[in-house]
Amino acid sequence: MSEPNRKPKSSAALLQSRRNALRSYLGAYGFMAPAGVLVLIFFLIPVAIVLYLSVTNLASSNFTSDLAKMEFIGLKNYRTLFNDQFARKIFFNTIFYVLVTLSLFNVSLALIVSLLTTHIDRSAGFVFRALWILPRITSPVVYILIWKRMAAEAPFGILNQFNELLGNPTYNYVATNPWVFVVVVNGFIGVSFGMIIFTSAIESIPKDLLNASLVDGSSRMQRIRYVILPLIRWPLLFVVTYQTLSLLTSFVEIQLLTDGGPGLYRTEVWSLTAFHRALSNYFGNAQWGYGSAFAVLLVMIGVVLAVIYMRVFRFDELVAEPRVEAL
Amino acid sequence: MEIRIDNLTKKFGDVVGVEDLTLHIDDGEFVAFLGPSGCGKTTTLLTLAGIYKPTDGLIRFGDRVVNTVQPKDRNIGMVFQSYALYPHMTIFQNIAYPLKLKKTPKNVQNEQVRQVANVMGIGELLDRRPGQLSGGQQQRVALGRALVKEPDVLLFDEPLSNLDARLRLTMRGEIKHLQKNLGITSIYVTHDQVEAMTMADRIAVMNRGHLQAFDAPDELYDRPKTRFVAGFVGNPPMNFLDVEVSPSNGHFLAQADSIQLPLGAERGAPPAGHGGPVVMGIRPEDIQIVDEGDVTGEIFVVEPLGREDLIDARVGPHGFILLADTEKQHRAGERVSLKFDMTQAQFFDPQTERSLLWRQ
Ligand SMILES: Nc1ncnc2c1ncn2[C@@H]1O[C@H](COP(=O)(O)OP(=O)(O)O)[C@@H](O)[C@H]1O
Ligand SMILES: [Mg+2]
Repeated sequence: MSEPNRKPKSSAALLQSRRNALRSYLGAYGFMAPAGVLVLIFFLIPVAIVLYLSVTNLASSNFTSDLAKMEFIGLKNYRTLFNDQFARKIFFNTIFYVLVTLSLFNVSLALIVSLLTTHIDRSAGFVFRALWILPRITSPVVYILIWKRMAAEAPFGILNQFNELLGNPTYNYVATNPWVFVVVVNGFIGVSFGMIIFTSAIESIPKDLLNASLVDGSSRMQRIRYVILPLIRWPLLFVVTYQTLSLLTSFVEIQLLTDGGPGLYRTEVWSLTAFHRALSNYFGNAQWGYGSAFAVLLVMIGVVLAVIYMRVFRFDELVAEPRVEAL
Repeated sequence: MEIRIDNLTKKFGDVVGVEDLTLHIDDGEFVAFLGPSGCGKTTTLLTLAGIYKPTDGLIRFGDRVVNTVQPKDRNIGMVFQSYALYPHMTIFQNIAYPLKLKKTPKNVQNEQVRQVANVMGIGELLDRRPGQLSGGQQQRVALGRALVKEPDVLLFDEPLSNLDARLRLTMRGEIKHLQKNLGITSIYVTHDQVEAMTMADRIAVMNRGHLQAFDAPDELYDRPKTRFVAGFVGNPPMNFLDVEVSPSNGHFLAQADSIQLPLGAERGAPPAGHGGPVVMGIRPEDIQIVDEGDVTGEIFVVEPLGREDLIDARVGPHGFILLADTEKQHRAGERVSLKFDMTQAQFFDPQTERSLLWRQ
């Protein structure tokens, strides 16, 4: 409130305004508290524990659940990791896996499915999208078993049974093309997320705008290029960001399909290594400390990537200005 | 461009958008589609634009049947109620978009966009985005975008409905002026009869997917061919009254309860010949409050409109809307004598709702 002749505020008024400020401050934190508690319990505390484990040599041979009794070894695990001859290979495996799956499936195929199913009859589009959600909602074990059955060696594999029927040579598909299978199997799961986001973004573009483009002289392809894609730019960037991070940390399907093989670390990715080292070492010795070092680096990579994405894609603008309104 | 629509039907599943519409529009003509919400105006317009495929019937632009021609190959400009500007493009890019799609050279694009922008008075706004413009400015941009490609046909879908009343009045004049200057065949969809009456050469009145009338504005007003048209065109709307018309010593008499109104042969003979009850229509401006009138009644409500008073007068069970000079200072409850100008009365068949005076 502005008064015409401003007098210095009385101390009572000053106290009152401080009290109001405090109240709105507490109100804001009150609303954030439930989410904050979840982040604390399920993210910050586990990160702190893993961080601590990564500077101990905790393993099955010297196991203890007492944090105080664990043996502190400084950065030795990290030194071992950087000198590990396979860590380099696993690192590039991870980049390859994330980039290829993301670009071919989680973004491109998701976009193609969304565009196709929004350009055909509504209910047919709905059915196709529902089919694409199946890999996501099927339990990973069942889903991977289906793929394994499909691709198994003769005489068990379905594909190979066809090969035999047709008199073609048979293949051990997964063993000969492990990366193709790892990418396709994960890609099929990854399509649904982008598909749902892109479809709802496309469907929220006002009909008038889409009609206007056709009347203005665009073909349907030109309308996608000049109107639809620019208008779903933010959902696109969001899916790229979110799916990069989610692919970085996913390993269950790879574990079930190839378990990082065949051979030494052919399809091993970083998050799977963390699991292997910490919980399922080939040599029967679970190295929790060493595995934690892998996990800590993964968290750091994830956080750095998230920050880079937010900077490059300027998500702060998205939050600052209601873009949706302009649609 | 001459447009001929023959027996056009467009259905969405079981829902009828428009049915059996036949309409021939002359080259350079300004035609309004007038009708209440949901009567099929937009459906017809989008079918003409090529967004919807006709379920049945023929649409011809000139001699070319365009039923299956893609929108981009029809050379039409369209203006939407929501403006439909591309939010991610600048105003310049919005107007240039149709030219870009036609692969017009950049320098020609530049020139034409600036020219159109100047005509529309938006030359200074070219670097802005649609979100930074007022509604009126956005509608000018939309109009500019429709005009820049020099279309053969202009389609308007309630372009002024989202503007305030003052702006609507200005834009009404400007659109009409532009259309006459450019001579582009135009179809203008509106539910506002004042817009239709003031702008159009001819008005197609639609109701529930059917064409009710297609005539010049004064024809529709003076010689409505259906009861719907009579009631829809004109503000305040026409009064309707169930009457019996019978000959009475050389004249005719329209009767309803205590009301008795004398009629000349020109207007009286057809309803009398029809036999049985008919619907009489009389416009508010054709009823006067006088000292010695045809009937006496009581004023029920007075609504001041500024220039005049809108009066709801009751005669027995029948109500009439009429207009009176504000200086007379009529008050509710006042007893008044009403004079009906029966040379302007309309008569309709109560079943078919067709006019008994004007045959289709
Ligand atoms: N895309 C559509 N799908 C189904 N029904 C529609 C569609 N478009 C319009 N309709 C129906 O067709 C009728 C006419 O609608 P419309 O042409 O939009 O009316 P108006 O523009 O005169 O208000 C309405 O009953 C409407 O519900
Ligand atoms: Mg409409």
